[in-house]
Amino acid sequence: MDISTQNTQAPPPTTQPPVAEQKRAARGATRPGDRIFLGLSRGSGIFLLVIMAAIAVFLAYRASLAISKDEGNFLTAFEWNTNLNPPVFGIAVLAFGTVVSSIVAMAIAVPIAVAIALFLTHYAPRKLSGPIAYVIDLLAAVPSIVYGLWGALILVPNMNGLFGWLNEYLGWTGIFSWEGGAPRSMLTVGILLAIMILPIITNVSREVFRQVPQMHEEAALALGATRWEVIRMAVLPFGRSGVISASMLGLGRALGETMAVATVLSPTFDIQASLLDPGGGTFAQNIASKFGEATEFGRDALIASGLVLFVITLLVNGAARAIIARRKEYSGANA
Amino acid sequence: MAKRIDVSGLTAYYGSHKAIEDISMTVEPRSVTAFIGPSGCGKSTFLRTLNRMHEVTPGGRVEGKVLLDDEDLYGTGIDPVAVRRTVGMVFQRPNPFPTMSIFDNVAAGLRLNGSYKKSELNDVVEKSLKGANLWNEVKDRLNKPGSGLSGGQQQRLCIARAIAVEPDVLLMDEPCSALDPISTLAIEDLIGELKERFTIVIVTHNMQQAARVSDRTAFFNLSAVGQPGKLIEIDDTERIFSNPSVQATEDYISGRFG
Repeated sequence: MDISTQNTQAPPPTTQPPVAEQKRAARGATRPGDRIFLGLSRGSGIFLLVIMAAIAVFLAYRASLAISKDEGNFLTAFEWNTNLNPPVFGIAVLAFGTVVSSIVAMAIAVPIAVAIALFLTHYAPRKLSGPIAYVIDLLAAVPSIVYGLWGALILVPNMNGLFGWLNEYLGWTGIFSWEGGAPRSMLTVGILLAIMILPIITNVSREVFRQVPQMHEEAALALGATRWEVIRMAVLPFGRSGVISASMLGLGRALGETMAVATVLSPTFDIQASLLDPGGGTFAQNIASKFGEATEFGRDALIASGLVLFVITLLVNGAARAIIARRKEYSGANA
Repeated sequence: MAKRIDVSGLTAYYGSHKAIEDISMTVEPRSVTAFIGPSGCGKSTFLRTLNRMHEVTPGGRVEGKVLLDDEDLYGTGIDPVAVRRTVGMVFQRPNPFPTMSIFDNVAAGLRLNGSYKKSELNDVVEKSLKGANLWNEVKDRLNKPGSGLSGGQQQRLCIARAIAVEPDVLLMDEPCSALDPISTLAIEDLIGELKERFTIVIVTHNMQQAARVSDRTAFFNLSAVGQPGKLIEIDDTERIFSNPSVQATEDYISGRFG
């Protein structure tokens, strides 16, 4: 959970011989087991870096091939015509759809997941919390294509009531207006993604809430806190960074989810102001839908869009770390 | 303000296990009463029955009466949350809220009790920190986290947090056992000052400490492991440590067992 302290490794050893020799002397004779384990763990670390670098180089190279021939603006064009000569394509629609569907998913999933986690750790009798946690684990094990099928066959046909209600009472906002098209829209996708990322956020949050030291909760109780006040004073602040980490894990899945989105959404290459009107697209969905029939150049263009998704994910993770680090001295890790 | 505690026939259970049996005693207002006894004799359990913290533990329940002046803490219709607002507690390990500043830690109890103006909070926080002999050490860093203080300072911060809500009684569960001798001395001095305003009950494993800080001392013991703890005797501290009326007390104090 504590991703903020990963970068506190010792500085590289100095190259001055006397110091190095002193260190070696202090370390004593190295045993074969130590050396093998050191080699294995160091090798694994380096291997990870090499793989990451290889992926980045591959994406960047193939993407640059495509982007250099793009006649449209890669960032703002509302088109994806890689077979034209010259080709015109841009990621604006995909970036918008990916971010919007993920925001909808997070807005729905995070509060529910935190509530479930609090219920399991602080309210539910032990007899009940075990089975519920098991069901949530099961939810995480369902393949995403199954979610997609369920979404297309069950969720979409049953959304009309909700959409009509939203349109009637919140339609004036523009975000919830509905022209009556099939509910294969960003809101439906967001709801489906929310169900899919619920288990991971719930499970990680549950672990974090379970680790709140008894003594902090007793401190609040002894001041005359009710159960909700204990949660507000001791549990939620302690679990805050963990819940952010959990949400980022969920967000990562929502940003990259492919099959469920591709099955539910009716993709178009434009931006809908309303969450209820069908259309739009996401990076992963677009890649999955177009990759099979794409030419060599078309594939490079799709890879370029994948690179943008990669960058967005990195930015989101960086932002999350910044949020956690900003209040690090107040974090539960200092307890 | 400081109130008398009158316990009669108190028995506490963890599930089906009887932890303490049939304890009766009176604690006078504005005095310090120390609980001593071997580990597992139920003195901490008994302490936690005095502010209804015992029942927080799964399976914890209590029979008997605890009167605070004339009000039975276990009477029907008494809200345990309200009890804990009038009977404060300081724990074995310093436990300031790690996510709160020093100021917010002290103000935490007040904020639970309702809304206060900023100026009122400032006054109470300053008064409480002064009351806990911590003000001079932290007045320049009230907005820094409480977890950045030393162990002894953290424990005094916890005392400030407990007295900020002006409880009737202050319970202390081995408040110095995690502290070095100098910090311990600071807390002991503080206890001497606090008894002017509060009724104080302290559990301690350190018999010298009991002798130093308390007016009355209660000795708890258990006949065997698994048996419930019992109150062996309670008397003036001086008498307990010089001429106790029960042989077991003398054995324990002189180090012949326990």
